[in-house]
Amino acid sequence: MSRNLILGTALSSLVVLAAVLSFLWTPYDHTALDIPNKLQPPNATHWLGTDHFGRDMLSMIMVGARTSIAVALVAVGIGMTAGIPLGLTAAARKGMWLDELIMRGNDLVFAFPSLVIAILITAIFGAGAINAIIAIGIFNIPVFARITRGAALSLWEREFIMAARVAGKGAARISAEHILPNVANLLIVQGTIQFSLGILAEAGLSYVGLGAQPPTPSWGRMLADAQTMVSFAPHLALIPGCAIILTVLGLNLMGDGLRDWLDPRIRVART
Amino acid sequence: MLRYTLKRLLSLTLSLAVASMVIFAVIEVAPGDPASFMLGVNAQPDTLAALRTELGLDVPKTERYLTWVGGMLTGDFGTSYTYRTPVSQMIADRMWVSLPLALYALTLSTLIAFPAGIYAASRRGKPGDIAVMGATQLGVAVPNFWFAMMLVLVFAINLRWFNAGGFAGWDKGFGPAMQSLTLPAIALALPQAAILARVMRSALLDVLGEDFMRTARAKGLSRRQALWRHGLRNALIPVLTIIGLQFSFLLAGSIIIEQVFYLPGLGRLVFQAISSRDLIVVESVVMLLVFAVIVVNFVVDLAYAAVDPRLKSRT
Amino acid sequence: MNLLEIRNLSLSIGAHNILKGVDLSLSPGEIVAVTGESGSGKSMTALSVMQLLPETAEASGSIQLEEQELLDLPEDQLCALRGQSIGMVFQEPMTALNPVKSIGDQVMETILIHKALPPAQAEERAREVLTRVGLPPNRFPLSRFPHELSGGQRQRVVIAMAIALRPRLLIADEPTTALDVTTQAQILDLLQGLVTEYGMGMLMITHDLAVVADLADHIVVMRHGEVVETGHTRHLLRHMQHPYTRMLFEASDHQVTLPPVPDLQPLLAVADVVRDYRKPRTRLFAPPEFHRAVDGVSFTLHRGERLGLVGESGCGKSTLTRAILGLEEVQQGHILLDGSTVFSGHKPDRAVRRKMQVVFQDPFGSFNPRHKVHRLITEPFYLMDAPPKGTERSDRIAEMLAAVGLSPDDASKYIHEFSGGQRQRIAIARALITRPKLILFDEAVSALDVSVRAQILDLLAELCEAYDLTYLFISHDLNVVRTITDRVMVMQAGKIVEQGDTEQVFSDPQHPYTEALLAAAPRLPKITRGVA
Repeated sequence: MSRNLILGTALSSLVVLAAVLSFLWTPYDHTALDIPNKLQPPNATHWLGTDHFGRDMLSMIMVGARTSIAVALVAVGIGMTAGIPLGLTAAARKGMWLDELIMRGNDLVFAFPSLVIAILITAIFGAGAINAIIAIGIFNIPVFARITRGAALSLWEREFIMAARVAGKGAARISAEHILPNVANLLIVQGTIQFSLGILAEAGLSYVGLGAQPPTPSWGRMLADAQTMVSFAPHLALIPGCAIILTVLGLNLMGDGLRDWLDPRIRVART
Repeated sequence: MLRYTLKRLLSLTLSLAVASMVIFAVIEVAPGDPASFMLGVNAQPDTLAALRTELGLDVPKTERYLTWVGGMLTGDFGTSYTYRTPVSQMIADRMWVSLPLALYALTLSTLIAFPAGIYAASRRGKPGDIAVMGATQLGVAVPNFWFAMMLVLVFAINLRWFNAGGFAGWDKGFGPAMQSLTLPAIALALPQAAILARVMRSALLDVLGEDFMRTARAKGLSRRQALWRHGLRNALIPVLTIIGLQFSFLLAGSIIIEQVFYLPGLGRLVFQAISSRDLIVVESVVMLLVFAVIVVNFVVDLAYAAVDPRLKSRT
Repeated sequence: MNLLEIRNLSLSIGAHNILKGVDLSLSPGEIVAVTGESGSGKSMTALSVMQLLPETAEASGSIQLEEQELLDLPEDQLCALRGQSIGMVFQEPMTALNPVKSIGDQVMETILIHKALPPAQAEERAREVLTRVGLPPNRFPLSRFPHELSGGQRQRVVIAMAIALRPRLLIADEPTTALDVTTQAQILDLLQGLVTEYGMGMLMITHDLAVVADLADHIVVMRHGEVVETGHTRHLLRHMQHPYTRMLFEASDHQVTLPPVPDLQPLLAVADVVRDYRKPRTRLFAPPEFHRAVDGVSFTLHRGERLGLVGESGCGKSTLTRAILGLEEVQQGHILLDGSTVFSGHKPDRAVRRKMQVVFQDPFGSFNPRHKVHRLITEPFYLMDAPPKGTERSDRIAEMLAAVGLSPDDASKYIHEFSGGQRQRIAIARALITRPKLILFDEAVSALDVSVRAQILDLLAELCEAYDLTYLFISHDLNVVRTITDRVMVMQAGKIVEQGDTEQVFSDPQHPYTEALLAAAPRLPKITRGVA
């Protein structure tokens, strides 16, 4: 195990632990207003300070981690559940109309950046965490479809797949039995990367008001609230920013570490 | 080459057609009638009907779609529901902020990423490589809008080198306009540059392992000569793909960054339009963004063919 | 004075000792062949001379080119030497050229990088050299890209790059291994001609003893990083001192005895089979063009018969194999196995498929790395209506592993724990486990070292006795086909141009293409067996 993997896993686990702990305990009620003690910098009673309503920043960060993780995790889940079967199918039907259709569909989704999808969805159904999940999730589908197809295509050329076909196995069975286990490592690594990208995207959407709505705390909205106060209370922006950076950094390090550990030949698409 | 271009052009047209249908269909399923939204719940039925006719909402869907697409082809994007002004004019003003910003950021990102990636690849495993890779690992993790806020804090509020926000306008000259776009462009470009540098490095390292690099060395090229003469052009092939994707990211990212710097771009327009349910504006801006992305991908496809002669002979 | 003098060369990469005290010398105008099986260190010896070793490699000893020590030479002087005094030709012509540069640019680069000539004259020289290697610019303009050339033509470009400055030493690392026999013969002729014409010394690395015996003045036999024997070709062929050398030569020409064929009952009947592939369109709206990969092929394979199918790459033998296996449907004609068609109604018929199995070429790609051996070799059970279960299943696995010379305990191992030869045994076990009536061997011994290949051929002969095998043996290697089949078919451009009893066809070919193939194949000299 590399240093990357250890450091990355440690950072990511810390964030997950904070999120889980927030269900049981936070230093203060994250919604409790305390106007007299507003805009305190980090100190002994409020370890990460307070915001413009006097709410405890640490508590808000812990609860905000919940939102980030939930949105990103479900979005990766959507991407994998839809993208992997699509990629496997496209590879099994290489060069035929179904493959062509799936890949053109992919290109089409790629032409709508996740933010544009979010704008469309919000314009219709209104802003909210669920719509943010859908917007990020839809964008994850072609990522997983493409990477699965790419890896599966080279496997389909291998002789052990020919042997399975000679043994009478159909495309679906071969995909499940031979292709999927051999692309699993790649998908796990890509999943970690997409997870970190999901956290960034959620923060961006919440920042422009398209993500989780009040009173659900989220890191992106904490930054939006901080914007007008950054000149006299920089900790309002610094703390949620660092939370995002450390989480994403942790996940990326974990992804890179996992890749080296599982299979050094894997290449990850990171866009 | 002509055949290749024609084929890509055909695929571009198809993508645009499908994208326009998707956008139109999605907006169509939107709950709520724009006319009743504009007039409020107490509107008289006949006023409502009159407005619906005025907005063109009473004709069949296919006809509306064709009118919309046909209008766009001639530069007519319809009339805003809220402002009653031509959408094309609203967009044109804003586009000259968002598009230059995205291109400015793309240029910066490429200018930073190429040297960094090449440097890291040529010093693989050495301290220089490790330092560049560490910096990019951090760069990838930074949200661009947060980075933008930090830039404002340091360079606008504390050092006062730039304005904290707003746009000087192109009529004030190129210099002031570019100056007001510089901080936003840096905020957009650095995280993308980190990604691009990583891709550049790994593409180069892949190429360095190719047989033809050994052939080049056997001819008497030094490591450096082989890298520049044979490695770089081959490594460009995967890098171009990423540059294409980055443009769509930067364009979307500029919508967010505009919020930080109070820039009057497409982002501001679209958020106003959403809050007033001015769907025709949303529809047109989204279509425009998708159009830009598809056109850039077309340009990337042409660039592929320039880099890789194998594509020209294939169709 | 020797052109190249290697003394006591040792090389290690990390903890691995790749070369151990290698000695070798080469005079101008001489061809020295270094031969041995994989892992012998022969290619590393070549790369040591070029000083193009992996960064972590550490070399000791001495390599002198015209009394100049290369091991101590700084990198910039080595660069000046490479391409100028030493040229090198590599194994894989498909990947040895930069795909995004024209062949003219790549040949000229050798000249320009050493500033040997001004650009205009360099282009002139590039034309001359390309003409010399058989690519005259009026037919192959300098602006061609590598992907527009065939494998043999690309190898000619690589050679042109290597000899553009008339180096004194030419190193050729398996220069013809990736090529067809007829192309191989032409490239070997070209190399030999260049050596004579330019008075170069050539260090040739090859695993193919027939090539060695044909071409080399001097032979160096290596094993595990050591030189086991060296000598003048003619002398060495007559008086082999080392048992390894003898084993190598014997294994290269390994003969097996097959049991007699029982009375002829047809098993596989192929009649007028045609398979077309659509070519990529050359013009946007042009009608599609087709490439006829298999063109009216008919033959019958009898029960208990061992039939060979030979031909060069692209002749259609792989397509035919896939059609027989039911992996691809044919457009015309039919394929009957035991009286039933392989394809019925656009779907391969399970009952027919059950009667055949296949062994592929690549011992490393033939198995799912995530499954254990017992699961790998029982995969064909999927075709059976009532596959064996429980102890019956494990008994069958044990029996098959024993039949191919492995231990029943191997069933619970993963494939990466086995060597190439062992993997090919496992592939045979997988093909045998359902007791099919027909087995196809698709280049099944082509990727193996000669000594391993000899063992697998022995195993096949044994299995023919024990299991009454009927097989179709597809190969480009004429020597192997000659000993392992009773009857042979020669395929060219989608057609079977000649078929008949193997000995008959080989000793008295009727079709000009068969004649050309046999003439092009380098032949091993008859060595006196067992006498030192």
